[in-house]
Amino acid sequence: MTNRPSHMDPRNSFQGLILTLQNFWAEQGCVILQPYDMQMGAGTFHTATTLRALGPKPWKAAYVQPSRRPKDGRYGENPNRLQHYYQFQVILKPSPANIQELYLQSLAEIGLDAALHDIRFVEDDWESPTLGAWGLGWECWCDGMEVSQFTYFQQVAGFECSPVPGEITYGLERLAMYVQGVENVYDLNFNGREGDDKVTYGDVFLQNEQESSKYNFEVADTEILFRHFADAEQECRAILAKGAEANRQSMAIPAYEQVVKASHNFNMLDARGVISVTERQSYILRIRELAKSCGEAWLQTAGGGAE
Amino acid sequence: MPELLLELFSEEIPARFQRRAADDLKKAVTNALVDAGLVYEGAKAFVTPRRLALTVTGLPGRSPDTREEKKGPKVGAPQPAIDGFLRSAGLSSIDQAKVESDPKKGDFYVAHINKPGAEAVDLLSAILPKILTDFPWAKSMRWGSGSFNWVRPLRAITATFGAENEEPVVIPFDSNELASGQTTFGHRFLAPEPIRVRRFDDYAAALERAKVVLDIDRRKDIIQTDAEQLAFAQGLTVIADEGLLEEVAGLVEWPVVMMGSFDPAFLELPEEVIIATIRANQKCFCLRDAGGKLAPNFIITANTEASDGGAVIIAGNERVIRARLSDAAFFYRGDLALPLEHGLPKLEETVFHAKLGTQFARVERLVKLAAEIAPKVGADPERAKRAAMLAKADLTTGMVGEFPELQGLMGRYYAAAQGEPADIATAVEMHYKPLGPTDSVPTEPVSITVALADKLDLLTGFWAIDEKPTGSRDPFALRRAALGVIRIIAENGLRFPLRVEPDLLAFFHDRLKGTLRDAGARHDLVDAVISAESDDILEITQRVGALSQLLSSDDGVNLLAGYRRAANILAAEEKKFNLTYRGAVDQGLLRLPEETDLAFAVDAVHAAVLSHVSANDYKGAMAELATLRAPVDAFFTAVMVNDEDSMVRVNRLNLLSRLRDTMHLVADFSKIAG
Repeated sequence: MTNRPSHMDPRNSFQGLILTLQNFWAEQGCVILQPYDMQMGAGTFHTATTLRALGPKPWKAAYVQPSRRPKDGRYGENPNRLQHYYQFQVILKPSPANIQELYLQSLAEIGLDAALHDIRFVEDDWESPTLGAWGLGWECWCDGMEVSQFTYFQQVAGFECSPVPGEITYGLERLAMYVQGVENVYDLNFNGREGDDKVTYGDVFLQNEQESSKYNFEVADTEILFRHFADAEQECRAILAKGAEANRQSMAIPAYEQVVKASHNFNMLDARGVISVTERQSYILRIRELAKSCGEAWLQTAGGGAE
Repeated sequence: MPELLLELFSEEIPARFQRRAADDLKKAVTNALVDAGLVYEGAKAFVTPRRLALTVTGLPGRSPDTREEKKGPKVGAPQPAIDGFLRSAGLSSIDQAKVESDPKKGDFYVAHINKPGAEAVDLLSAILPKILTDFPWAKSMRWGSGSFNWVRPLRAITATFGAENEEPVVIPFDSNELASGQTTFGHRFLAPEPIRVRRFDDYAAALERAKVVLDIDRRKDIIQTDAEQLAFAQGLTVIADEGLLEEVAGLVEWPVVMMGSFDPAFLELPEEVIIATIRANQKCFCLRDAGGKLAPNFIITANTEASDGGAVIIAGNERVIRARLSDAAFFYRGDLALPLEHGLPKLEETVFHAKLGTQFARVERLVKLAAEIAPKVGADPERAKRAAMLAKADLTTGMVGEFPELQGLMGRYYAAAQGEPADIATAVEMHYKPLGPTDSVPTEPVSITVALADKLDLLTGFWAIDEKPTGSRDPFALRRAALGVIRIIAENGLRFPLRVEPDLLAFFHDRLKGTLRDAGARHDLVDAVISAESDDILEITQRVGALSQLLSSDDGVNLLAGYRRAANILAAEEKKFNLTYRGAVDQGLLRLPEETDLAFAVDAVHAAVLSHVSANDYKGAMAELATLRAPVDAFFTAVMVNDEDSMVRVNRLNLLSRLRDTMHLVADFSKIAG
């Protein structure tokens, strides 16, 4: 581990953990991106993963993505569950031969040294029904706790990934809680300072969890949400239609952003409990259809490798 | 003699695929060796999370030369036939073929093709890449820029061949830009350095030094023995769990067993909940104290020797288990705070099957069915209806949401906690049973009622929408349901006729035949007893038992011979004259004492068998049949059926027909082989 002030040490500081991971992956040649400026359920939805996973071009990126899971809200009362949390996402395409070793080095950087800890790769196959994506890999365990997801993407938006990207997703709060030895997420030291200067995760996010849980579960206007879902679906198709030229597409990204919107609206409706089991499947299929169209569109752009 | 060492070193192979993969590798390589003419003495495959390895011993250095004879066309055959023969035999001129003669065929060409053997190394370098390409992984993937498929990325291939005491050669081949060599690696953390290997002996020894136990069964032994010793030192015993042991042995190359503990306050939770939590999420073993109670400890199997002796690893695992048990306790208390019925409305929102309605609709059917079944199995209908109403209510509880495998069990706990009578609470758990051939069967009347209702509703429902099992496809486990019904009826000795449509009844028959055969009954006896209309499982089972007992006796065997003789005569006569012999036996036409004796005996036995059968006493019925042996034997010794007097002849045929009918009262003896 490099020398760093104690307030930047992941063992004392949530932001220190993030910055350490960023620095580590920057050293490996990744572009360090900022979060996508939209509400999304996971870092995978970021165009830097979904769209860049498709097509022949190499790509290495790392970024933090705030992830919204309205259904997981607990009004700030559960020490482990949040409706808004951070994922740290790494995507390496093609997956390098030493990707596992790089991952283990990153763990050592944040204080999880393999000499002291029991680190394991336990089978976990990943699938995103809404994105029409799947891959094989593991959940990575540290002393019996899942600290990351590790996936070799095989398909995204219904298209084969070739070359194959390797994706690593760290659940930052959970990882930080382990590294800091904290039992309640709101007790995490956010800025690594002590005394009056200390800012906790609760200082930053507790009110947000309380307010958002109330909004997500009790207040969000379901009629508006249904409408927004339908609007996003319609707009996505319209954008694709207007961007389509002979074998080329000029607006894959704006169209895909509508998929992200539709997906978040669906998650909100799900949290409001207004989608029945049978309808659920049909909504997921509607989003997947959009995602597939956008994946196809992306492959007709320069970024997707079209000539 | 030379030996082969093959190691496929990869990223972590899922535990559940490992043992099968080792078997598949051994089978694929040894089959291909034999096909290539390389017979071997022994082969053994090994697997760890990161490697598949195979050693084949006693191989020849070369495959033997072979000589093949290929028959060709007749001498003087048309030129295209001759050309075709030359091509297929690899000859350049017909002069190279010999001419042989055959009395039928005349003169024809024969080619003698000599195939020289090949170097084993050359054969192997063609065989091995094909085996890798065709490997039957249940699920495989691509990685990087390649198109090769393996279970997880393949990182190194070791393939050596050579005799003892000599430097082996590397079998050269490429697979996905990965060239074969003789370099492997030790434990991921404890000994990651490259290791140069020559053959299996030094390979296995080097891995052992590099903290890799190659043999999965040895890893299992180590885990089990160490766990038991740790437990013993604390006066505890490990709860045996073969499935978990196999899985854990597939997660480690160097098992290091440690013990952790949790707050005894969590022991307020049902022990199944604690075990499920610790097993499913942490892959740890649970323990019992000397009194048989669950202990607040667990066994961790780590994959490393930590520099601090494992303190951090234990603390980490304890931390996770604490959080998991806290979650479970939260769900448990939350569930207990509400009556079980609270979950029923939510079942209206859960689709059981698109064509069969919601779970709630299913519960309503179960209640109705339970009311009908209860009186037939000696259960109180009101209690059975109540149990059926609550049977699925736990599906909406937090605990079952988290651990679906606890369905039924949690319902029992919650039903008991809200003061339901014990038989109702038990039925909520037991109605799912039996879940497999070794699972227990419900024995209390209320449990039996709901268990039968659950399975019969499942079967009749899926039959009604034509979603029957086909081949290996049985997504709704209908075969298991039918077997469950059979076991519940048979093991509880229930008289419970299955009033279901003929096709479903035939499905039950197929399952029942399988069960009876598995229990040792002869195929033909089962077939002799089951007819298309047989709907009484218990009766079928008892008949088969009694019949096999009868046929294991001397009387039975001889009676069967007599029956066959009678049946053959009848069949021949019936065919000849296109008649059936169903008339009454005329006492006045009985000429010989032996036929009189048989007529009396058959009459008496017929009446007795009928009364035994109506009392479901098949042993009694068989015993009666057995008494026919002597008069039947005597009849065939003394009496000639084909008498000149046609009246006498017909009367004798009527008597034999009566004998056949009497025996058919218990089974169709014509289906019995012999």
